Amino acid sequence: MNKSWRWLAVIIIIVAVLAPLIPQLIWSFTFRWYFPSLLPGVWGTQAWEYVFSKSSRVGEGLINSLNLALVTSLFSIAVGLPAARALALYEFRGKSLVEWLLMVPIIVPGIVVIMGIHILFIRYRLTGTFLGVMLIHLIPCIPYMILVMSGVFANYGTALEDTARTLGASSLQTFWYVTLPGILPGLLVATMFTFLISWSQYVTTFLIGGGRIITLPLVLFPFIGGANHAAAAAISLVFVAPALAVLIFISRSLATESSIMGGFGRL
Amino acid sequence: MTTVTLQHLTRRFGNVAAVNALSLEIQSGEMVAFLGPSGCGKTTTLRMIVGLLLPSGGDILFDGKSMLTVPTEKRGAVMVFQKHLLFPTLTIAQNVGFGLRMRGLPQNEIAARVTEMLELVHLPGFENRRAHELSGGQQQRVALARGLIIRPRVLLLDEPLANLDANLRLEMRELIRSIQQELKITSIFVTHDQEEAVMLADRVALMFDGVLQQFDAPRVFYERPLNAAIARFYRSENFLSGIKRGSQVETALGTLRVTSSDAQPDGPVLLTVRPEDVAIGAGPDNNRITAKVTAVVYMGTHTQLQLNVDGRAWRAEGPADFTAQPGDTLSVHLPDKRIWLLPTES
Repeated sequence: MNKSWRWLAVIIIIVAVLAPLIPQLIWSFTFRWYFPSLLPGVWGTQAWEYVFSKSSRVGEGLINSLNLALVTSLFSIAVGLPAARALALYEFRGKSLVEWLLMVPIIVPGIVVIMGIHILFIRYRLTGTFLGVMLIHLIPCIPYMILVMSGVFANYGTALEDTARTLGASSLQTFWYVTLPGILPGLLVATMFTFLISWSQYVTTFLIGGGRIITLPLVLFPFIGGANHAAAAAISLVFVAPALAVLIFISRSLATESSIMGGFGRL
Repeated sequence: MTTVTLQHLTRRFGNVAAVNALSLEIQSGEMVAFLGPSGCGKTTTLRMIVGLLLPSGGDILFDGKSMLTVPTEKRGAVMVFQKHLLFPTLTIAQNVGFGLRMRGLPQNEIAARVTEMLELVHLPGFENRRAHELSGGQQQRVALARGLIIRPRVLLLDEPLANLDANLRLEMRELIRSIQQELKITSIFVTHDQEEAVMLADRVALMFDGVLQQFDAPRVFYERPLNAAIARFYRSENFLSGIKRGSQVETALGTLRVTSSDAQPDGPVLLTVRPEDVAIGAGPDNNRITAKVTAVVYMGTHTQLQLNVDGRAWRAEGPADFTAQPGDTLSVHLPDKRIWLLPTES
């Protein structure tokens, strides 16, 4: 593919991603906008003032969402990385059953699972707590982490680790100097998945959080379908911004890694 | 300087013994080849020696000390694999210096020894390159330098020449041999190529199906193989059945005199002569048999003949100007000193 075609492709992708955000941006600065005007009749910053006010709880939701997405991602790595390696590189009894069970949270609608778990969480006093919401976010996150990373580990194999061991590296040194740099691109992609999955959870947060843990989707959803389009637009921009930032950061750090698609081998 | 002793070393995968009761002793500074067709257990043996695979039974000793409970990184046995050679995220200098860095040596000492090692493998000035910028042969040499820099007790090479083209293979073979002789490291390499084993190794351990067949100097495999399968692996299928009585063997084609008559007891034997030892045309009058020519192939430096000897397919070599037609009957001489006796095949 020559250079100009590549640029065209890049431009199309950028437009496809950013174009839907432009009406949102306009809406967020609108005071009055009636059909059939092409642009708002009266501009205003009320929506943004509302977003930054304490009563909107957008700030609280943003911090909770960020914390939840980060902690959930870290736990997904802690649980998913060893599991992915085991599934990719070792044979053991019941392996295909484990693989199948891992797919279940992706296939079964979340609401079905949560109804059952909700009762347990009430019993263990986990409802309405950060820990409870984080645990419920882990359910859809861990399968994605394991699916992506088992593809990465299967691709990566053990030859380089074996080499490091024979050269005198302990298992910790081998992981730190050889395995981690090798799987890092795949790990970044998997972490991006878990971050965004946790970031966009609504039903799970709503039911387990019980209104005490407020995240951005919880703040945003009541406005959608409501009359205040301007506020909905402003909040949804706040909602999209970190996700876009994560996407851009990760795709930039992967720009030189052509092997990254290996991580999707199992998806 | 380390001797390596394997005692009844066994490794089973399920019910199959990949390596079966392998016992041998490798002298300090010796270069040994594990030779055999693929799947004969030679790489499995290497992985057990280095500690990447646990044996199902038996013992591995370095200088008389059991290594079974010593983890890979503490054994001091370095393994050079045939592919996935270098760490892709590190520079060449970091690759070569890896083992020293893991041991916590100071940076300047590592740098000095890396430079020294890169010179030894004829790659001076390659410090800041990356693995993907190097050719296969260069990567192989870096992998060798990376292994040698930690001054291993034992150097293990898994098919080190398999992924190289013919010229590079020759060059690499000489490099490995000269470095091994200079540093006097006890070395084991795995190969399926019997010529490679002959040219590189002090002694060859030939394995079939996980069982050690013969452990000897390379020339012994040509001159005194222990059985027909070994002779066949060394590309000699010239066999003739007979009954040995003293220094004579009675065959369907006449009675032949043999020198090495104590190789087998009197009774049924399998007689063999290497293709290059079968004398075509003129020669002494004794020890002659008749053979039918089935094919003649001109090889440039010599002529290769395919013969039918008592219903068995033989090969022989004649001078380049030798002329014969398929269907001709030849009288060939088998020198009594070049006849070797094998047990009959069951």
